[in-house]
Amino acid sequence: MSIDVAINHRLGGFTIDATFRSGAGLTALFGRSGAGKTTVVNAVAGLLRPEQGRVTVDGQVLLDTQRGIVVPPHRRRIGYVFQEGRLFPHLSVRQNLGFGRWFQRHQHRFGSFADTVELLGIGHLLERRPGSLSGGEKQRVAIGRALLASPRLLLMDEPLASLDEARKAEILPYIERLRDAFGLPILYVSHSVPEIARLATTVVVLADGRVERCGPPAALMADPDLFPLMGRHEGGALLAARILAHDPIDELTELEVTGGRLWVPLVEAPIGTQLRVRIRARDVILAAAPPVGLSALNCLPATVVEIGALDQPIVDVKLVSGDDFILARITRRSLRVLALEPGRPVHAVLKSIAVGRRDIGRDEHLAEGGSGKD
Amino acid sequence: MLQLSPEEWTAVALSIRVAGWATLLSLPLGIATALLLARRRFWGRELLNGLVHLPLILPPVVTGYMLLLLFGRRGPIGSLLEETFGIVLAFRWTGAVLACAIMAFPLMVRAIRLAVEAVDPKLEQAAGTLGANRLWTFATITLPLILPGVIAGAILAFAKAMGEFGATITFVSSIPGETQTIPSAIYALIQVPGGEAGALRLTAVSIAVAMAALLASEAVARLVARRIADR
Repeated sequence: MSIDVAINHRLGGFTIDATFRSGAGLTALFGRSGAGKTTVVNAVAGLLRPEQGRVTVDGQVLLDTQRGIVVPPHRRRIGYVFQEGRLFPHLSVRQNLGFGRWFQRHQHRFGSFADTVELLGIGHLLERRPGSLSGGEKQRVAIGRALLASPRLLLMDEPLASLDEARKAEILPYIERLRDAFGLPILYVSHSVPEIARLATTVVVLADGRVERCGPPAALMADPDLFPLMGRHEGGALLAARILAHDPIDELTELEVTGGRLWVPLVEAPIGTQLRVRIRARDVILAAAPPVGLSALNCLPATVVEIGALDQPIVDVKLVSGDDFILARITRRSLRVLALEPGRPVHAVLKSIAVGRRDIGRDEHLAEGGSGKD
Repeated sequence: MLQLSPEEWTAVALSIRVAGWATLLSLPLGIATALLLARRRFWGRELLNGLVHLPLILPPVVTGYMLLLLFGRRGPIGSLLEETFGIVLAFRWTGAVLACAIMAFPLMVRAIRLAVEAVDPKLEQAAGTLGANRLWTFATITLPLILPGVIAGAILAFAKAMGEFGATITFVSSIPGETQTIPSAIYALIQVPGGEAGALRLTAVSIAVAMAALLASEAVARLVARRIADR
């Protein structure tokens, strides 16, 4: 499985010149609004014809402006989940779901109609019309509609952007299941760090129409250079973890990471489940000696590897703990008082409650490196 | 007094036949023109728009006279039609169909065009990504969504065709049983002494038909809208 995209397109005074290559799993196109993310996915879907470009999926050329190849959207077999759902208002949910199957002559199907309806939990909505559905229900129907057309690649353009936190939490597990259980390659547009941290196998960072970085999420998240793009609040490291034990009395779960153990609020998953955990840089406290008498439950031994720019009152410190990177965001004064420098051993302290439910995602692949490049 | 005479019945039946055919035959062209004007940007779009609307602005007599010049037996199109297909339009009921269709066309196109403009092209894009080509997208998405406008346009065109007078009488005259529709029959009746009662009866018929058409158009549009809308 491979997706190759090279697009050069002018939109007003703005030029998009994006080239990237990705493989199986979920490839996140990350960037601020106006970075050109939607233009790229529209070109992949065939809804926009770039001035110059080449798009191949699994070796099949869908667009090659030099050779004059432009496969029309309806023959690309690329599913598209739009930000606004775009359900057909005059058709019932059942008819919306079945729409793509009318035109499908291929046998490669991702599960039957019943399986898909069950996976997305939309069985009780089948006879209703889209107008009466909630935002979260609409998006689940839109995902089901795209899946049932049996695409070879699924595009999702900020599918959660118009939803509140509760609805997002409702849909995220479904997207994880598409990625893991169906093995469907997904190109996912988002400007939300939590979503990317939780879902991505590969991250393509777009800025001003150009590909700034491309790589596995753990490496990119730990890169202080990308902090300005991720935002002060959301930047942080991504760790592969495994569930070791549950403590039902205190409602906590113990996780194993390469640098030690972490207690986090109860995760509803069996022991042994592979997870990915995002730890925001601003939630990490650094201690020069092992702390005593603290309410924080987690303390990972770590070593300073890199110290960010010193021209701001707040400094990003990159640590290594086991095989994982952790980022800590501390004041310049703390840096001076603790006399931190690369090579210096420290203790990274983390409150359990700093890790929220949306920071923990299921993942079978991150532990193996999860570069997704093949 | 309220009983229609056989001649008056003939006029009513002929009017319905002419208006029905005029509506039916111009409907596909009306939908195509509305789509073209609403969706496509092409050279001469304003020209086409003007041409479609011309019969609305021109004196109907002028339209009728132009039809006579073009489609008359010695006109360039009329003679061609007669030589190749043996079709004669001038002074025949088929000519009345043509005159009514042209006069009603702007109303039909306007109603359908409004409906087309209300359809979000993003829905059509979505249908494309699901594997539907343009034709299927039109049949399964666009057409059902513009249906209220199509029905409203058809009914408006039918009512307009029922009442068309100037262009019809100029092009095909007022031959009882062949081209004498309700309006020309009323006109003929009020030209002769003692014709007022007949004219009044046909006037009542005209009002009833127009009112029924308007009510039907509203009712059907509401029904379709409810089917499409949030439920």
